[in-house]
Amino acid sequence: MIAIVDYQAGNLASVRKAFDHLGHESAITADAEAIVRADKIVVPGVGNFEATTALGGPLQEAFARAIDREIPLLGICLGMQWMFESSQEAPQLRGLGLFAGECEKFPAEVKSPHVGWNRLQLRSASRLLHGLPEGSFVYFTHSYRAPVVEATVASCAYGGSFSAAVERGQLFGVQFHPEKSGTAGLQLLRNFCEL
Amino acid sequence: MLTKRIIACLDVDAGRVVKGVQFSSLRDAGDPAELALAHGRAGADEVVLLDISATYEHRSTLLDVVSRTARQLFIPFTVGGGIRCLDDAAAVFDAGADKVTVNSAALADPALITRIARRYGSQAVIVAIDALRISHDDGMFFGVKATGGRHSTGRDATEWAMEAEKHGAGEILLTSIDRDGTRGGFDCDLTLAVVNAINIPVIASGGAGAAEHFVDIFRDGRADAALAASIFHLGLAPIGALKQELQAAGIPMRWPC
Repeated sequence: MIAIVDYQAGNLASVRKAFDHLGHESAITADAEAIVRADKIVVPGVGNFEATTALGGPLQEAFARAIDREIPLLGICLGMQWMFESSQEAPQLRGLGLFAGECEKFPAEVKSPHVGWNRLQLRSASRLLHGLPEGSFVYFTHSYRAPVVEATVASCAYGGSFSAAVERGQLFGVQFHPEKSGTAGLQLLRNFCEL
Repeated sequence: MLTKRIIACLDVDAGRVVKGVQFSSLRDAGDPAELALAHGRAGADEVVLLDISATYEHRSTLLDVVSRTARQLFIPFTVGGGIRCLDDAAAVFDAGADKVTVNSAALADPALITRIARRYGSQAVIVAIDALRISHDDGMFFGVKATGGRHSTGRDATEWAMEAEKHGAGEILLTSIDRDGTRGGFDCDLTLAVVNAINIPVIASGGAGAAEHFVDIFRDGRADAALAASIFHLGLAPIGALKQELQAAGIPMRWPC
């Protein structure tokens, strides 16, 4: 069972639908016990970094236990940013710090938010991105971005390079929306299901 | 490079697509779910479904259409028409929409934009503006019409777009009433005026008839996306061929996709 973590940060129906389409069972949940028991965990989410406050408390402990047991964890959009140390969007909060660095605003010379289809620039071998060709188009919608770090497996260029996908061990994050990125996105989610 | 988006729009009345269609591969050319998928396969970057009847009696029919469409469509999917309150929006999101458009209800109560954005994120709220060129003694301005273009609001389209952005709109869907249905080209002046006034993406709509109209609206109108309905349904401009032409003209496109 794939646990899709609900922390009141947007609409999770489309992520669920994508797993249904791929024939993998998933459940939308805010229950710490369900997260601990899950085979895989997805943290989606859109909106302000402040929304990740709801991932603290009992949920934070559930995540820690799951990460210790090397349960695959996939953060999508805001969920990925929360796996970094912090974000300029809510500097008083801490992220999980699984990936080094702070999420930042786009530079003033480009329009923000970054909305639409942009290309992935593959940087290193990735289990999550297996089978996705260089330059694959995926769908983004975000106002803050994570820096390119050691764990960056794909970057994207918009007012400079930023992390489009990060991966280390069983920890995965994508800034774009695989559930809205056509066949490339479904391939990525299939890869995650089959880990 | 961020590509310019081509958005296919389906006008739906009582659960059926109302404009004529020419997709030979379809079993039922009037079924919105089948058409949305066909557009997606053909290369549309997004699909918008507008409920043009938007009557209370048809609401459950619409939600059924949204949920059947969303089940198979894995590109951004927007639903609009008759969304008057947060509950209306919630029902459409629950059925599987990624974004909603609000128009008249947002004009009457701009805080509605904020309420939807707070719950679903700004990226999920598109404010639709129907604009019309209005002449007066000192020249002209782009006026905003409400209720499907029937009522004048006395408001200026650029100012309303700025206000909508402040209230939390994630995108603006800007329709030129003057050009809508003419197939004579988008209104580049209108689009450019709004694009220059705000920082969120602008989707231009109304007047698409040929590939060069899309080149103009992206190049001169600086639109982030362009929406069309009938030219795609009628097969006048197959999306793949259109995208190739735009790419050849130097407009960044998601193609092949």
